[in-house]
Amino acid sequence: MDLGALYQEIILEHNRSPRNHGELPDATGHAHGKNPMCGDEVSVWVRTAGDRVERVTFTGHGCAISRASASMMTQALTGKTRDEALALFQHFHDMVTGAGPADEAALGKLKVFGGVSRFPARVKCASLAWHAFRDALAGGDHDGDPAS
Amino acid sequence: MPDSSLLPAIGTLRADFPILGTMARGKPLVYLDSAATSQKPRQVIEAITRYYESENGNIHRGVHYLSERATVLYDETREATRRFINARSTREVIFTRGTTEAINLVAHGFGSAVLRPGDRVLVSTLEHHSNIVPWQLACERSGATLAAIPVLDDGSLDLAAFDGLLDDRVKLVAVTWVSNALGTISPVAELVRRAHARAIPVLLDGAQAAPHIAVDVQAIGCDFFACSGHKMLGPTGVGVLYGTEQWLDRLPPYQGGGDMIDTVTFERTTFAPLPSKFEAGTPDIAAVVAFRAALDYLTTVGLDAIAAHEHALVEEATARLSAIPGVHIIGTATPKAGVVSFTMDCAHPHDIGTVLDSEGIAIRAGHHCAQPLMRRFGVPSTARASFYLYNTAEDVDALVRGVERVRQLFT
Repeated sequence: MDLGALYQEIILEHNRSPRNHGELPDATGHAHGKNPMCGDEVSVWVRTAGDRVERVTFTGHGCAISRASASMMTQALTGKTRDEALALFQHFHDMVTGAGPADEAALGKLKVFGGVSRFPARVKCASLAWHAFRDALAGGDHDGDPAS
Repeated sequence: MPDSSLLPAIGTLRADFPILGTMARGKPLVYLDSAATSQKPRQVIEAITRYYESENGNIHRGVHYLSERATVLYDETREATRRFINARSTREVIFTRGTTEAINLVAHGFGSAVLRPGDRVLVSTLEHHSNIVPWQLACERSGATLAAIPVLDDGSLDLAAFDGLLDDRVKLVAVTWVSNALGTISPVAELVRRAHARAIPVLLDGAQAAPHIAVDVQAIGCDFFACSGHKMLGPTGVGVLYGTEQWLDRLPPYQGGGDMIDTVTFERTTFAPLPSKFEAGTPDIAAVVAFRAALDYLTTVGLDAIAAHEHALVEEATARLSAIPGVHIIGTATPKAGVVSFTMDCAHPHDIGTVLDSEGIAIRAGHHCAQPLMRRFGVPSTARASFYLYNTAEDVDALVRGVERVRQLFT
């Protein structure tokens, strides 16, 4: 089994030094997600201005995959419109679940998570922050397990 | 390694377990997850096949040959189980689906026939969720409350706090004998002595004890004891509830149906005597019959030899893992059954589990269905290696090499 397909260097690097890590005091939306199977938890804060995602941050504890996924997600979503952000959610979701061919152009750097689809036990790790983001984007405060 | 002195030649013993010769992820399987479920010897697998090929009939029903044969085998397992745990009578041995169902059976009975508003059930911080949630449900139904014996920093029960919690409100103490997450062995005979001094009954969750420790329910004096066949070389689908006749007579039936009745009319049903009162419906007969083969296997090898073998492996693994920078052993109390639970500064337990899995090594990573205990130690989860009679010094080597690989990858 090729561990390198899962733990690519950029994932390990984001795990060691996550970006946009911390609470966002002026967030317009917040959601908390947890994986009851393993106890991993993530909180995602979103600040929108009009139709645009201005800033995304996260806190929580989880494995390298969930931490790096949350970190890279915050970077990928900054500056996107709502529709672009939701489209990216769908592309990412399809890639990690193996639901369809990954749209590499749309995913950009996020395609390093493509290997996750071969590790069924880890799909939820990669998608946890994304589900929390989708709930946070709707605005308000969502506490609990995001719909999967 | 002094691992083979008390056991039959380890190679001979391992040859009884076909799965141990298989590959995982292209590597020879190193199975260190027996606390989740044990592997099965050929004797158990063959007993299941033999049952379905030549012995299958429904029990306690027919006059025909196969029904009689299945009934005899089922009842023989009950007698073998009675001997294995040293119960007084087979009336005290109830077959369930597993430990979880056994505890739910008792909790259901306590919730409806014993507990009253203001009463209390005392569990401990070491418990598996299956010895917490059934009591919460029973408390909700009855108006009783739940309290937990705290745990010391080394993973052992705080016995001084236990004494303080034993007051007149407590109607049952329900505690685990061996912690599934840490391996801590609790001084259960002493717990029973202190509870009985105040006339409080005690239930022991023996799911992690029965595979490793010779059980004598009379010597310990517990009122209830539960264990699972699949953790002690047997099949899934069979577990045991031991209860004293006095208590089992007092508790109402858990489920209604066939086999548990004396006479049924639309006005009134009278229940069968023990143990049938608690065994409604057709059970997993094949699992029960094959469980006999597991009990015979454990008895032949000897629980004391198994415990000594595991102890050597746990000591070795603990010493070598502790020597790796950034590795922390969670739960250092002695004595300990075959479990080493640990965390690493550089990697989350899930990542440890995935890296080891890529080497063919099976461990458990997660909260071990013991979230209150994880919270007590301030960790969301741990990596857990668990050892059994078929593990070897080479398995410890593989584990240590795998953990070193985790460290290289994540630092």
